[in-house]
Amino acid sequence: MVREIRTLILQESIIEWRLRYAINGILLYLISVIFISYLSFRSQVSSLNPLVWNTLFWIIILFTAINAVTKSFIQLNRGRLIYYYSIANPVAIILSKIIYNALMLMLIATIGFIMYSLVLGNPVEDIGLFMANILLGALGFSGVLTMNSGIASKAANSTTLMAILSFPVVLPMLLVIMRISKNAIEGLDWSASYGPITYLCAIDIIVITISTILFPYIWRS
Amino acid sequence: MEKLMPGLRNNWWKLLAVILVFYTVIGGFLMPVPRIAIVQESVRNQFFHVSMWFSMMILLTTSLVFSIRYLAKPRFRNDVIAEEFAYMGIVLGLLGLATGSIWARFTWGAWWVNDAKLNGAAICMLIYLAYVILRNSIEDEVQRARIAAVYNIFAWSTLLPLLYILPRMTDSLHPGSGGNPGFNIYDLDNNLRLVFYPSIIGWTLLGIWIIQLKVRIKEIKSKLEDIS
Repeated sequence: MVREIRTLILQESIIEWRLRYAINGILLYLISVIFISYLSFRSQVSSLNPLVWNTLFWIIILFTAINAVTKSFIQLNRGRLIYYYSIANPVAIILSKIIYNALMLMLIATIGFIMYSLVLGNPVEDIGLFMANILLGALGFSGVLTMNSGIASKAANSTTLMAILSFPVVLPMLLVIMRISKNAIEGLDWSASYGPITYLCAIDIIVITISTILFPYIWRS
Repeated sequence: MEKLMPGLRNNWWKLLAVILVFYTVIGGFLMPVPRIAIVQESVRNQFFHVSMWFSMMILLTTSLVFSIRYLAKPRFRNDVIAEEFAYMGIVLGLLGLATGSIWARFTWGAWWVNDAKLNGAAICMLIYLAYVILRNSIEDEVQRARIAAVYNIFAWSTLLPLLYILPRMTDSLHPGSGGNPGFNIYDLDNNLRLVFYPSIIGWTLLGIWIIQLKVRIKEIKSKLEDIS
């Protein structure tokens, strides 16, 4: 099982590396959005409210994440689907996709954070907490979005559907993430964030477990 | 009695639903209510707003149970029941939002306030509306049933922490939290209780009655399609 997952992740990364356009497209998307926000806030960048900074950052990350993860099932062609179906266990497939997407989102969010701080300034006091938050958040986003990508891929009009299915499910997670990240910006002591962090971990675990249990039912069809 | 209403043995709960809903409406508007600061007479809305939310949770949870049953045992009937329970849950949820909005206007001064519970309610509605759209965008019946069941379970399990934990993490304008005059379930006035609990049962039974009719219509339709 573990070996199967490792092979699948490795294979996914090799494909990604060979067809660099997908990840490059997402990175360009991210950078463009950040640049657009920079230009829109141009005159007030120096006096940008940390609250606005935080909200804008997470909204950018959320939209980029939806775009990045959508492809994991929706853009899979029929031949590849059947191939996977015949060689691999569905649990291994969903876990490998979630882990792979989580790693990718962590990378994207970190690059996004760096670019965003470069142009819009960096009010974060506690970088450690902020990074931990990004990692946990990426894991959760990846769980929800990968699963929804699997669901949406079975329906018509899947790109729009992907977004409407994901927004409400991701929202509670997003609210907790923003709260932790606000604490990190204000440089509060870690103990102030223990509650939300436990809650975020709990959601991550619930989402991933439920995905693993339910995915075989989607995969069969 | 048995001669008078031959169906009473099986359908007593429909009669109960009618009686309880009438009881809620009449009792809810006419009985004396305790004076609570700010809330005052508007506490009567509890029999509509709060109990509709309770019965919405009951109906949505039943919908979840039938979705799970569908995945375990793919019968057409399970899917139809899950679907209708979800629809009825949405109707009650929207009514709950409407009554809550009126209540908010007269006690907090605005139709919509930024409050964890309100936002949770809105998100909950968004999830189930997305469920409806998902159902409509899958052509194949078997596939639709299975995918919808999966989304229903997935959405419900992420909704639960939201509705129960999130409001407790933040201050809320709702009674009983954030320093507001409280009448949470535990210190409800006994008179209020007298109407409040029956009203939950009443709304739920009424919902189930509507669901039963809709399920029967659907089953007849699908049988007619099989014949023709």
